[in-house]
Amino acid sequence: MTVVTPDALTTTAPVLRKRRRVWGWTAGGVAIIVVMLFPVYWMLNVSLQPAGSAVRTSLFPFQLSFAGYAKALNDQGGHLATSLIIALGSVVFSLLIAAPAAYGLALFRIKWADAMLLGILISQMIPGIVVANALYSIYNDIGLLNTVGGLILADSTAGIPFAMLILRAFMMSLPTSVIEAAAVDGAGAVRTFVSIVLPMCRNAIVSAGLFTFLFTWGDFLFALTLTTTRDVQPVTLGLFMYIGAYVNDWSSVMATAVMASIPAIVLLVVAQRYVAAGVTAGAVK
Amino acid sequence: MIQWGFLAPAIIFMLAFFGYPVVKNLIMGFQYYTIKTFFTGEAPWAGMANYVAVFQSPVFGTAVLNTAVFTVGSIAGQFCIGMALALYFRRAFPGSGVLRSLMLLPWLIPLIVSSAVWRWMLDQDNGILNRFLMASHLVSGPPGWLSTTGLALIACIIVNIWIGIPFNMTLLYGGLQDIPEQLYEAAALDGATGWRAFRYVTWPLLRPVVNVVLVLGVVYTLKVLDIILGLTGGGPANASQTIATESYHLSFVEFNFGRGAALGNILILISLAFAILYLRANRRAYDK
Repeated sequence: MTVVTPDALTTTAPVLRKRRRVWGWTAGGVAIIVVMLFPVYWMLNVSLQPAGSAVRTSLFPFQLSFAGYAKALNDQGGHLATSLIIALGSVVFSLLIAAPAAYGLALFRIKWADAMLLGILISQMIPGIVVANALYSIYNDIGLLNTVGGLILADSTAGIPFAMLILRAFMMSLPTSVIEAAAVDGAGAVRTFVSIVLPMCRNAIVSAGLFTFLFTWGDFLFALTLTTTRDVQPVTLGLFMYIGAYVNDWSSVMATAVMASIPAIVLLVVAQRYVAAGVTAGAVK
Repeated sequence: MIQWGFLAPAIIFMLAFFGYPVVKNLIMGFQYYTIKTFFTGEAPWAGMANYVAVFQSPVFGTAVLNTAVFTVGSIAGQFCIGMALALYFRRAFPGSGVLRSLMLLPWLIPLIVSSAVWRWMLDQDNGILNRFLMASHLVSGPPGWLSTTGLALIACIIVNIWIGIPFNMTLLYGGLQDIPEQLYEAAALDGATGWRAFRYVTWPLLRPVVNVVLVLGVVYTLKVLDIILGLTGGGPANASQTIATESYHLSFVEFNFGRGAALGNILILISLAFAILYLRANRRAYDK
């Protein structure tokens, strides 16, 4: 129970006005969101309407229909599964490579650490099309075109540098006393890393993993250039094929788009606190 | 010694997936590297032939100009709107946190999804934008956003701005949070409020973050491929072709990998120039 103070009972006019103004800011914020997220609403709206009426979509899905989703699942279900496998594979691979490297960069005095960070930053400037151009020929030679493994490796070019940067930044903030104590207890570098450092980095690892998943899930360039057959096609490519041809059924296209957006939406709802931190850490550090 | 064991896998990966492609691309730029190469295994030395062909192609000038317009237009739009929103959300009003995270959605969904959605929204005959414009009598006939040469690039810029706003807003918001409130109180005592407070307190203190945001924005925008391929495919008649999409076109549609590589190398040079700017901006951000 809260105690009601006399002040709160006799709210004066200026306070009321101030409170009203605060809610005015909220109303303005909601209006901004409505405008900004209108395309997302429109995607959802079109996806829920019968295909026939999609030519002249009404503003609300009065005639609720899941036919678009049925067709999309039928056409794109395999592509969604492929995307999921590649994204999960890339998360595991990226973390396996990036976590030890971040530890190495953060906690050892390495002469070349600055040079390596510079290398990571410069790697972010290299256009994807350049990487794809070169990978296509080597993948062709060693048989990695049209393979899940080939796409996992190529897609990890987004996840590994990012994960290294945010994990390193986090590890730098760990209290060194804990790590030194482990060393005094006779734990080797590997054991310290696995049983002390990694558990302390849980949140940062979750962030890095979530973003790696999103990067890979959303990859289009490598899917487009490093596959030549229909064997291994992620949903981004499936969607591109959908809109590449003449479209007469936008509801199934939008249903596919909605399903391809699910990881982003889930991430925002479930792991909100990790997201903003990840955006900032990855960009500035 | 042991620390190199932790680092080795990452170093090998970075060399294989960034170092090797750059070197390979440099070499391919000097080779006749076509579909034939994949059968014969031979890529004859071409000297400067690929570069000459790229420079002399009528598309090159268009692509360079489009890249410049696309980049400047996108950055200007993203930055100004992102800045305005960051300033708006700086006031901690009820629900501002939740609204700010919702704002990230356009940036988190796959680019190709955004392309697909906007493609339908910008459709000439049935898109919601033209339906709105026609109903409110703002235009006499429905503009062909994606199908006319004068509008295709503008449409790509609009979509790219929409995607980039959350990124700009989030970073600028973070920068604004770091400016101590006392400075505004002191400035207010000196009579600086509103625009003057922004001009003399916010802007100078935000400059390091602004530099980072702008340079990162340029580097990301130069690379953009998904959005343009999904919206217009670089057309109509190369009206929205950029250096990145043209490089893709040369390599993966015409299978002239040598020329695609040559154009890609030009793109690397441009990015590198901005990379140097980025590093300088970033260093200054840390020094302060």
